[in-house]
Formats: sequence, structure tokens, C-alpha cells
Amino acid sequence: MSQVTPRIELRTSPHLHEGPSVDQIMRNVVWALLPICGMAVYTFGVSVLVLVLVVVATCLLTEYAFSVFSGAQQTLGDYSALITGVLLALTLPPGFPLWMGAVAGFVAIALGKVLFGGLGCNVFNPALVGRAFVQAAFPVAITTWTPALAPGRFLEFIPSSLAVPLSQAPDVAQWSKQVSVDAFSGATPLALQKFESIVSDPLSLALGLVPGSAGETSAGLILICGLYLALRRMLNWRIPVAVLLSAAVTAAAFHWFDPGRYPDAVFVVLSGGLMLGAWFMATDMVGSPVTPAGVWIFGALIGFLTVIIRLFGGLTEGVMYAILLANAASPLIDAITQPRVYGERKRTNRR
Amino acid sequence: MGLGHFLRARVFAHGVHTPQNKDVTNRLPVRRLPFASRMILPLDQHIGKPSIPIVNVRQEVVRGEPLARADGFMSVPIHAPATGMIESIELMPTARGPKTMSIVLRVHPGSNQEVLYGMPQDIDSMSPEEIIQAVQDSGLVGLGGAAFPCHVKLCVPEGHNVDTLMVNGCECEPYLTTDHRVMVENTDDLLRGVEIARRAAGAQQAVIGIEDNKQDAYEAIRAKLPKDGHIRVATVPTKYPQGSEKLLISVLLGREVPSGGLPSEVGVLVNNVGTLAKLGELLPAGQTLIERVVTIAGPGVKKPGNYIIPIGTPLRFVMQQVGFTGSAQRVILGGPMMGAAVASLDVPVTKGVTGLLAFSSATSIEESSRKIYHCIKCGKCLEACPLHLNPSQLGLLAAKRQYETMAERYHLFDCFECGCCSYVCPAGIPLVQYFRVAKSVNREKAA
Repeated sequence: MSQVTPRIELRTSPHLHEGPSVDQIMRNVVWALLPICGMAVYTFGVSVLVLVLVVVATCLLTEYAFSVFSGAQQTLGDYSALITGVLLALTLPPGFPLWMGAVAGFVAIALGKVLFGGLGCNVFNPALVGRAFVQAAFPVAITTWTPALAPGRFLEFIPSSLAVPLSQAPDVAQWSKQVSVDAFSGATPLALQKFESIVSDPLSLALGLVPGSAGETSAGLILICGLYLALRRMLNWRIPVAVLLSAAVTAAAFHWFDPGRYPDAVFVVLSGGLMLGAWFMATDMVGSPVTPAGVWIFGALIGFLTVIIRLFGGLTEGVMYAILLANAASPLIDAITQPRVYGERKRTNRR
Repeated sequence: MGLGHFLRARVFAHGVHTPQNKDVTNRLPVRRLPFASRMILPLDQHIGKPSIPIVNVRQEVVRGEPLARADGFMSVPIHAPATGMIESIELMPTARGPKTMSIVLRVHPGSNQEVLYGMPQDIDSMSPEEIIQAVQDSGLVGLGGAAFPCHVKLCVPEGHNVDTLMVNGCECEPYLTTDHRVMVENTDDLLRGVEIARRAAGAQQAVIGIEDNKQDAYEAIRAKLPKDGHIRVATVPTKYPQGSEKLLISVLLGREVPSGGLPSEVGVLVNNVGTLAKLGELLPAGQTLIERVVTIAGPGVKKPGNYIIPIGTPLRFVMQQVGFTGSAQRVILGGPMMGAAVASLDVPVTKGVTGLLAFSSATSIEESSRKIYHCIKCGKCLEACPLHLNPSQLGLLAAKRQYETMAERYHLFDCFECGCCSYVCPAGIPLVQYFRVAKSVNREKAA
């Protein structure tokens, strides 16, 4: 009698799996970010290309270094550090000094992620932790804007990009005036609106050919890339929808109250980093709630806070702090929005 | 169609759509497997107290004769699956893991294996109590996989009022088609069993619920329904895990079984179609549960199909009969979503085995080295859990060994381990296994 002796593998049920794995999801986010990077390079030139590369390289190196020093499993393969790097670079001004970009990348991974325990354990969006740090550390550099579509942008760097650490920064304003076709005021659409009540037209905001952070300007392209991820079920569409709806409603309410002073909803939704934040940073799964109701509350909170900070804060932009605050509130939101379980009797005060 | 169709369109929230993989076996008639030369009969094949042996070593037994008696109400007897001689009563390996006390039977090669034991009985003249006793004596357990004593499931708990007998013909697990074939081939047995069970339970109506991927079973039953209208048959949308009794009751009756409660609290008793078909076959003849239909399938099997297999047949013998494609890597008892992988082929087919699936390395159902990440809180498991639990939070608590919190605040014990959460988890976390461990730790603490 022939003996049947298979090499048997013991595993627990279920023995079937479906859907993308973590690395597949992350890889798709990278794909979705590439067109936005391309647009940023087209709009602002070679400085952005090198900025993205420097920030990404710092993020990957930091992640790698920590895994080596701590003896933990090497985690570059999950692509999350790569996403952090790309996202962080896209939120920086195009002419941001490269060495400061490296600092931001290091802080994002080290303080924003590794110290919490790595992917899945971080409380805040790592990219925004990095950006918040450089916002505080380099307040001038992070609010120095350069014109879009400057001639020769593919051949020469924005002078500030190549700034040497701890030395006098090059005069970017002078350079901006030289390369600018129209008299460049060094202001983003948000600043123009806030301080000079000049509202940019929606089309140029959607196309993104305006000053601003490297990758945040083209609202239309970001929307398309975000929709791609949503259709592939790689991000939770409810979060960007909640963020944008909430921002629009809040803005519309103020606009109705005083149209001269407060911008309309369309401008609020299309300007600044709201679109990028709503689709690519608020949707960071780790920092957002898991419950169905919690996701809506989380998104609504971000939209509301963004508008409030923009209208009443000292800064022109509020997306970053809105998302970081909502990240902090996420565990609380989860706790109060636990779903009703099938067959659950009337809630009792069991503890 | 009309209203009936409208009612049937109900579907439960969440759950997953798994690949079906039923086409290979659901059209093949049930075949019979030969007798192995040696049978192993664990005394704890059912949920409840193990049976107590009533035979001696070297004793001759005939097919169908009792070998072990029930130990109280929460227990069933075990019967000889073949005519032969008791070889030993000793600890033997079982699919569940630890060795358990088992009766080992040496089969007489010369016997014609006719069932000689049992006397026909007149069910119509029996009272519900007598029927329930007869069911226990037959050794029948739930054949849908749980192996819960069938007679206990027919008893209405004190203070509960049951109006409906729910007959579960969903068979939502991929690959498995035993219930499907039994519904098509043994329709008369099934309807007889349903009527007996309905009378024993004192229910006004019986509803047979079938997933709509088994239209031929639905038609076969509908054509033979008795005219008195006590029994009806309905289809439900195909979705995993529709076969969960709670979800079936929701979809067909619109009633929600309370958390931690029994279906009888909302007036329902649930039995599986395979169980009641067996009941309808055994009880009038006064016979006993000595064999069952098992789906043998999977890419690692040469002759897939549904087979009548004597209880106690070792898996190795079964695999030799149906043929292995050599490099099988995983052998699963039950379906791929809830079944258990076995560590050894020297364990027997028991009363609760619905399927035997073999997967070879070349056709592995998943990339076996799926990497495990920390939970990224994507929330996909919450969207999959049919009971609306929070598997993400439960998994994080399990990783921190906060098992009591899981039970007290996150409804751990509502989980029936359907596997939907692990099925969709992008991080590859073995959530269901975490929950099994958490449950057993909590049970140990409570004991």
C-alpha cells in the first residue's frame, strides 16, 4: 500500500484571504502621489524634484537607521516611510532649503513614527509632525513662496534651495521679482485673500499654477489621484468627503454672514493644502478612527478646524494643525462611537 | 414571484463574498467509500460530556450496535460503523489536537456490512418526549459542523415559546456541497425529518432557508412540500456567513437574537438540513448514526466529490481512496473559512466533519508567507464583521493580553469565529485565532 505522507502545514482558519495587503495599499498610494509630484516639478522646477528626493532619502535612511540600531525588523518594504517622505516634501515651499527638508524628514520619521513604535502605533501623521517641526524651527523659510512657472525653472535652482545651514539665506524676494512675469508679491492665494481680499479665480486654483507649497496647488489633479485610490478601495472615501463638506459648509456660513470679509466655499475648498490634506493625510489609516460613525466625525472636525484657523488664526493655512488635532482626538472619537453590536441589549453600565 | 421575491431580497449587512468553488462537486451524485480495515471512534466527537464505553476489548460487534452510551442529557451514544471486533480502548490522536479516549474497531474483512441493528418504529404514535429520546438514542448530532447533540437542539428551554423551526440549508462555506447534495438527493428524508423535528419542538411552522446559489435544491424541495403548509422553503442571497443561525433568523424572520442569548428567546429553533435529513432517514428505521456525507475537494484531490464515509474512518484511508496530487500542504477538516487544518492524517472522520479539503503547494489558496504587519486601523474588519463587532480593537487588546476587557467591553463572546475579519485584514493579522485564545483564557479564569 502506498503511503500518503504529505508535508502538512498547520495554520488557523480562515484559510482564505482577499483584498490588498498593507504593502500593496501603500504602493498604490505611492503611485497615486507620483502624478502630483510630476505636476509639482512641472510648476516649480528642478528645485522641487531635488527637494522630494532629499526628503524621501532622509526618511528612508532614518527608518533604516532606526531599524538597524534597535535590532528590529527592517520595515522599508512596507512603503510607509516612502509615502511620508513624498507627502512631507509636497507640503513644503518649492524653494525650501534642502538641508531643512532633510531635518523635516528626519523629525517626521524619528519623532512622528519610530518613537511611537513604528507603522500602526503612531498617533499623528508623521509627515505633518515633520512639517510642524520645521514650521516652528524655520518660520521664515516655510513661508517664503516663489512664483509658479518661472522661466528657466528646469535649469536653475531657486536660490534658497541650496542655502548652507546656519548662514545668511539668499534673497529669494529679489530672485522672485526677476523671474516673475507679473509683479510677484510673494503671496499665496490664501494670503492674498486674507490680507488683501484678493480672491483667486477657481480655475487657476484647480489647475494649480499659483504659488504655494510644492504639491498642494493643483486641487483638480489631487482630486483625480484621490478618487483613483478611493475607487480601488485603498482609502476611505468618507474622510475626504466629510472634510471637504464640513469645510464648505463652515465657510459658506461665514461667507453668508459677511461676504466682504470671509471667502466663499469654493475658494476655501480649492485653495491651500485642503485638498491634499483631505485626500492624502486625513486618510492616513493609522491616525483616523476605525468606527463607521467616527470617520465622519473625524473628517468633519478637520474641515471645521481648518476654516476656523484660516479665518481667525494668525496663520494663513490651518490644514496641518486641524489634522494633527483630529489625530489626537481620534482615539476619543473611536471610544464614543463604538458600533451597536448585533443583538446588543439596552446599554448597561458595565465596566 | 411578487411579495415572496420581495421578502427574499433581504440581505444582512457586512459579511464577505468569498469565491464559491462548489462547481466541482455540487453536480456529482453522492458516492460510497469502502470500509477501512480499522476505525477510530473518539468518545468526545460531540459537544457535551464524552460517551461511556459499554463494550469490552476483543468483543464482536455488528454494524449499528451501540459501543458507548450517553453520559446524561448533554451527551449521545456512539455506534459501531462496521461489523468487527473491538481492538482496544485507548488514547488516540484526534483532529482537535490532544489525544482522546477512543474505541478502536478492527473491521471484519469478510462481513457484508449490512445494518442488522435497529427496529423500525412508528414515529406518528410517539410523543415529543419519546421522539427526543429516540433522537438521542440514534446518536445524532448537528452534522453542519458543530456536532451539538441534536436532541438537545430540539428541546425548547424552560420559559421559551417556540413557533418556528428554522432549517438551515445555506451551506455558505466555500467548497462544501454536502447539504446541497443531500437536499437534492434525499429530499424525502429531509422533509420527513423536518416534520418529525417540528412536532417534537412543538413549532407551528418550519422554514427551510437555502442560499440562492442552490436553485436545484430549492426546486427539489418545493416540488415535494406537503400540502398542509406547515413547511415552507425560501431562498436567501448568497453571502458569507449566511449560514450563521443568527443571520439566517434575521434575514428570514426579521428577528434579532439577543447578544449572549439563544434563538429560542425569539421563538426559533435552528437545525441543519443534513442533520434533519439524517433524522428522517434513521428514526423511522430505528437505526443509528454510523456514516455521513463528506465533501472531499480542493486542488490537491484527484477524485473530488461527496462521499458517504463511515464514522471513524482514518483520513489517510480516505485520502488514499480519493487520490492525492502528491504535494499537498494543507489538509482542512470543514470549510476553508472555519475549518481546522489537521496535523496528522492518522485522525478519524468524526460526526461533525463536513468536508475534507486538500491544498497542494502548486495551487496554494494564498501566498503562504503573507506578511503580518501591525494593525494600521484601516477599519476593513469592522466593515466585514456580520455582528458589527470591532475586531481591530479586539485584536489590539489581544496583543496586549487584555482579555478581560475584550470580553467585558468589546463583546468578545458574541464572536462566532466566521473569519470575515481575518479574511479581509490587509495586515494579515490572525484575528480569529487571537479571539479563540482570548475566549479560552477567559473561560479558564471563570472556571
